[in-house]
Amino acid sequence: MNDKQIAIKSENLVKKFGNFVANDHLTFEVAQGEIFGFLGANGAGKTTAIKILCGISKPTSGNIRVAGFDVYTENEKIKKNIGYMSQRFSLYEELSIWENLRFYGGIYGLSAKTIRERSEAVLKRLGLEDQRNAHVRSLPLGWKQKLAFSVAILHRPGIVFLDEPTGGVDPITRRQFWDLIYEAAADGITVFVTTHYMDEAEYCQRVSIMVDGRIVALDKPTALKNTYSCKSMEEVFLKLAR
Amino acid sequence: MRTILYILQKEFIQIFRDKFMPRIIFGMPIMQLIVLSFAATFEIKNTDIIFVDDSHSIESAHLISKFEGSAWYTVKATVRNYNEAADMLRKNQAHQILIIPRDFSEDIARGNKASLQIVTDAVDGSAAALRNGYAQAIISGYQKDIIVQKTGLDHFKQPIETSTLFWFNPELNYQTFMVPGILVLLISMMGMFLAGMNIVKEKEIGTIEQINVSPIKKSQFIIGKLLPFWLIAMFELAFGLVLAKLIFNIPMLGSVGLLFLVAGVYMVLILAIGLIISTVSDTQQQAMFIAWFFMVIFILLSGLFTPVESMPEWAQRINYLNPIAWFIKIIRLLMLKGAGFAEIKQIFFILLVYGSLMMTIAVKRYKKRV
Repeated sequence: MNDKQIAIKSENLVKKFGNFVANDHLTFEVAQGEIFGFLGANGAGKTTAIKILCGISKPTSGNIRVAGFDVYTENEKIKKNIGYMSQRFSLYEELSIWENLRFYGGIYGLSAKTIRERSEAVLKRLGLEDQRNAHVRSLPLGWKQKLAFSVAILHRPGIVFLDEPTGGVDPITRRQFWDLIYEAAADGITVFVTTHYMDEAEYCQRVSIMVDGRIVALDKPTALKNTYSCKSMEEVFLKLAR
Repeated sequence: MRTILYILQKEFIQIFRDKFMPRIIFGMPIMQLIVLSFAATFEIKNTDIIFVDDSHSIESAHLISKFEGSAWYTVKATVRNYNEAADMLRKNQAHQILIIPRDFSEDIARGNKASLQIVTDAVDGSAAALRNGYAQAIISGYQKDIIVQKTGLDHFKQPIETSTLFWFNPELNYQTFMVPGILVLLISMMGMFLAGMNIVKEKEIGTIEQINVSPIKKSQFIIGKLLPFWLIAMFELAFGLVLAKLIFNIPMLGSVGLLFLVAGVYMVLILAIGLIISTVSDTQQQAMFIAWFFMVIFILLSGLFTPVESMPEWAQRINYLNPIAWFIKIIRLLMLKGAGFAEIKQIFFILLVYGSLMMTIAVKRYKKRV
């Protein structure tokens, strides 16, 4: 891979909170347009790492570049080139679907015309055209998550970070959510996703598995299953995380 | 610039879509002005008095009738026994006791110094002082009558005659004094509580992360967050001034423009404090408690209820840091005394420097990346 194709490059990323090491020398690369699964149990340090890559948390040490920019000095440039969907629900509940799209489009500097066109496209894609004025509060969780994802990529970022986007969502909606992810990836957006669901791990092109702040495995799902002679990613995960 | 407009649009939608906020914005000034201004009065309109009359004379009856004739007094009882009266004072059945001793009448007749004793319930010290003053005034009126009687002069001539004029509030109207101060409280609460809590709310819900991960600049976010409350505070002030004029007929002798200029600078200071509070708290509850802590100190020391001049030296020093005290001083000067810019220049610059300093600290403290 040459430099242009690398979306995220992390060398020895370390994050300490006092004596506690949340991220212990994480080294990995994510290629442009790749769907990269960032797996790990609760408390393994996934969210910490994502926040560093997004430029909202400072690493303790390590060489980290996102979208070609240095996380220490160019974190504001990184922000123009990424989308982020946090673990916590990130839309404004008291605003309507339309108002949320307009706000997030606006703060990423899209023109009024572009906001209108892309918002219409999102509403059409999600089948929410006649609900545009509904307050987000009134939507079912699955719809909220799909909308949050669409909002996170409204400004067409090079990379989108998804932190447990499907937590608490039913299997059908999760399937639909992954359709959206594939569509985004087909448009050339790099997808960096954390999840607990091992069936979702199978959808990723490559996955890393984190245990206690360290990456213990990193490969294609099929390769990992071969290496650890398991039938499913679930078995691989249980073997490693135990 | 466009980014700020998008933030402002969102903030105003949120503020006015909230069930609570419009009620606060319109209800609070009406409630505070009306309730506080009518209720928080220091005038004592009624005193229940008990007489312990051991003298039982024409003189004592005359003195008692003077009290009966006063609009400020209700005679609760006339008893023979001091203990009985003291008991009633203890049970909150009266505010004051006047004890007229046995030889009151003889002493007056012989030209000796007659004595009286006033006992006042002083749980509320300032009320007690006022009641004591009222009693003294009636007694001294009675004293004059005696002198007139004794000297036989129809018109008693005092060596000194004082004529008193009360400037700026000739009727000593308590509301005239209170209302401008309450206007200050109103807009201060607006800034410290609502603006601070508004930012913390985004932390609580988690939307702040979504903002921090976006290319919004710190300055854009802060302006977008604070400007709505600055505008609402200015509106509140205008609304409050109109109410003050309509309901209480409070004078506005100085320039309205100047008042709004000062208020504009003052609100920058208040919003900066609100922003600092929001940076040190993670939940709206914490923000509320911190804001209350400062608010109570600021209000009690502000001179709204008690004159700053009568506070101890250290309290007056704390007041150098008390924005509410500064602004109450200015608003009274402007509204009641008709002060121009020259008279308030010094305080205005203090507010300006203080405001810029606090805003700088607030902006420095607010971090997009932790």
